[in-house]
Amino acid sequence: MGVGVKVEKLNAWYGKSQALYDITMQAQANHATALIGPSGCGKSTFVRCLNRMHETVPDARADGKVLVGDLSVYNGTTAVQIRRRIGMVFQKPNPFPTMSIYDNVAAGLKLNGFRDHHRLDEIVERSLKHAALWDEVKDTVRKKSGASLSGGQQQRLCIARALAVEPEVLLMDEPCSALDPISTGKIEELIFQLKEKYTIVIVTHNMQQASRVAEFTGFFLLGRLIEFDKTEKIFTTPSDKRTEDYITGRFG
Amino acid sequence: MANHHENQSMIAPSISLRRRGMDFLVTCAAGGAVVLVLLPLGAVFGYLVYKGVGSINLAFLTETPKPPGETGGGMANAIAGSSLILLLGSLVGVPVGIGAGVYLAEYGRNRLGNLIRFTADVLNGVPSIIVGIVAYGLVVLTQGHFSALAGGVALAIMMIPTITRTTEEMLLLVPNSVREAAYGLGVPRWRTTLSITLRTATSGVITGVMLAFARVAGETAPLLFTAFGNQFWNWKVNQPTAALPLQIFTYAISPYDDWHKQAWAGALILIILIVFSVSAVRFVASRGMLKGAN
Ligand SMILES: Nc1ncnc2c1ncn2[C@@H]1O[C@H](COP(=O)(O)OP(=O)(O)OP(=O)(O)O)[C@@H](O)[C@H]1O
Ligand SMILES: [Mg+2]
Repeated sequence: MGVGVKVEKLNAWYGKSQALYDITMQAQANHATALIGPSGCGKSTFVRCLNRMHETVPDARADGKVLVGDLSVYNGTTAVQIRRRIGMVFQKPNPFPTMSIYDNVAAGLKLNGFRDHHRLDEIVERSLKHAALWDEVKDTVRKKSGASLSGGQQQRLCIARALAVEPEVLLMDEPCSALDPISTGKIEELIFQLKEKYTIVIVTHNMQQASRVAEFTGFFLLGRLIEFDKTEKIFTTPSDKRTEDYITGRFG
Repeated sequence: MANHHENQSMIAPSISLRRRGMDFLVTCAAGGAVVLVLLPLGAVFGYLVYKGVGSINLAFLTETPKPPGETGGGMANAIAGSSLILLLGSLVGVPVGIGAGVYLAEYGRNRLGNLIRFTADVLNGVPSIIVGIVAYGLVVLTQGHFSALAGGVALAIMMIPTITRTTEEMLLLVPNSVREAAYGLGVPRWRTTLSITLRTATSGVITGVMLAFARVAGETAPLLFTAFGNQFWNWKVNQPTAALPLQIFTYAISPYDDWHKQAWAGALILIILIVFSVSAVRFVASRGMLKGAN
């Protein structure tokens, strides 16, 4: 089951420059929440704060309150524990280049001590099927390396890798930016299925995509969350002028 | 591609001609450079074969040296001794070198890291005879006698800086996004370093190790007063041991014609051993690699 994500007064910095200002929002359990906004407005920074990837950047820091279910992300838990419960698909595909496709998908489990090979086979197959990649790679899962796939296939591989560890929340940072329309369609379908089991936060530049997959949408601008509401509301009757300008294409 | 070319030549034949001429020149220059690089290597190897191959026979590969002045005998004990010393050197040098390289690449953005980097670079430039003296002081004096171990330590000291710096370089070539992928799966940092970063850089790290190995395999000076040499078989780590470079040196400066020939043969065997071990490691390592990786 997915769990809700609750963010209160989250601020984030890269060195001295502040990237996020007082973000407060909530992602409902078993729903998809879309984040939109012009390039550089802090969407990636925001999702990376949710699983504490932000702090892996030298000199970067964040403070505020983030609750995942009843787990406080910035208080009393380790980053490793958090990241096992919150999976992430990065903006740029990043498969492990020297590992086979199989090992890429199995990596999260294997590296955390999972040793049941029979179950592992099942999980790898299921995850690859979920990510709409299985049919293309089923004959070479153990022979081909992750780096030998096309960009879009690599991204689906990364999605499969994130699914294999069965997180409760899945953060997807523009998962479809390198995909063709057919794969994009498959991923969107996948997101629908995933909502049964996971809570999804998805960053996207594609507003149709946001309206197709997400129940809630947040609009970011210059490090601030300008508006957060039901997707329908955001795209039909936004309450903030800046949101309206953005979705009608007047800037950004 | 071909199409593209044709189009261009139709539009502007003169440019295309100039480009083709340039292309030809640069290709020739690159080819010439390759020949210049290969020539000395080929010359050295060819001359060694010419001078040495006549003296390689079963006795040379299986027997110990005969007393001065007598003909016959071989360098079997030196071949074995060199293998032992190189094994000891690698056992010490490879883990320390890789460990230091990992530290520098993953955790070394600080004062200590800079100090290690500086030390490694200086150590790389220290003449090998001085490394021999250091190993003499460290091992021979404390043990009270020459030994294979002392030779191994001397070679290890020479291997460490090369391995450290190449390991660091190779790890830094691994994109940060690969580390992030592992962190994102909840893999702890130390585990990421060992199972992801180091694994991704394996082939580069192995190249560094092989480079260091090949370089010290032919070293004579650091063995002079560490392994010392031995006319007989020795398999013990703490006994003086024969080594190919030492044996070659001794035979080459001797007044005996037969020994001169054996020195050539020894040099040829030494080169073959180095080429063989480097290729063997490469072969084993490449069997673990996948299609399309690197
Ligand atoms: N590693 C970093 N170091 C310093 N500043 C950074 C770093 N990453 C991002 N920033 C800055 O933080 C701000 C937000 O960047 P972020 O990557 O979160 O934008 P984004 O909304 O994801 O943009 P895009 O849609 O282009 O991916 C930008 O101004 C960017 O310059
Ligand atoms: Mg981004």
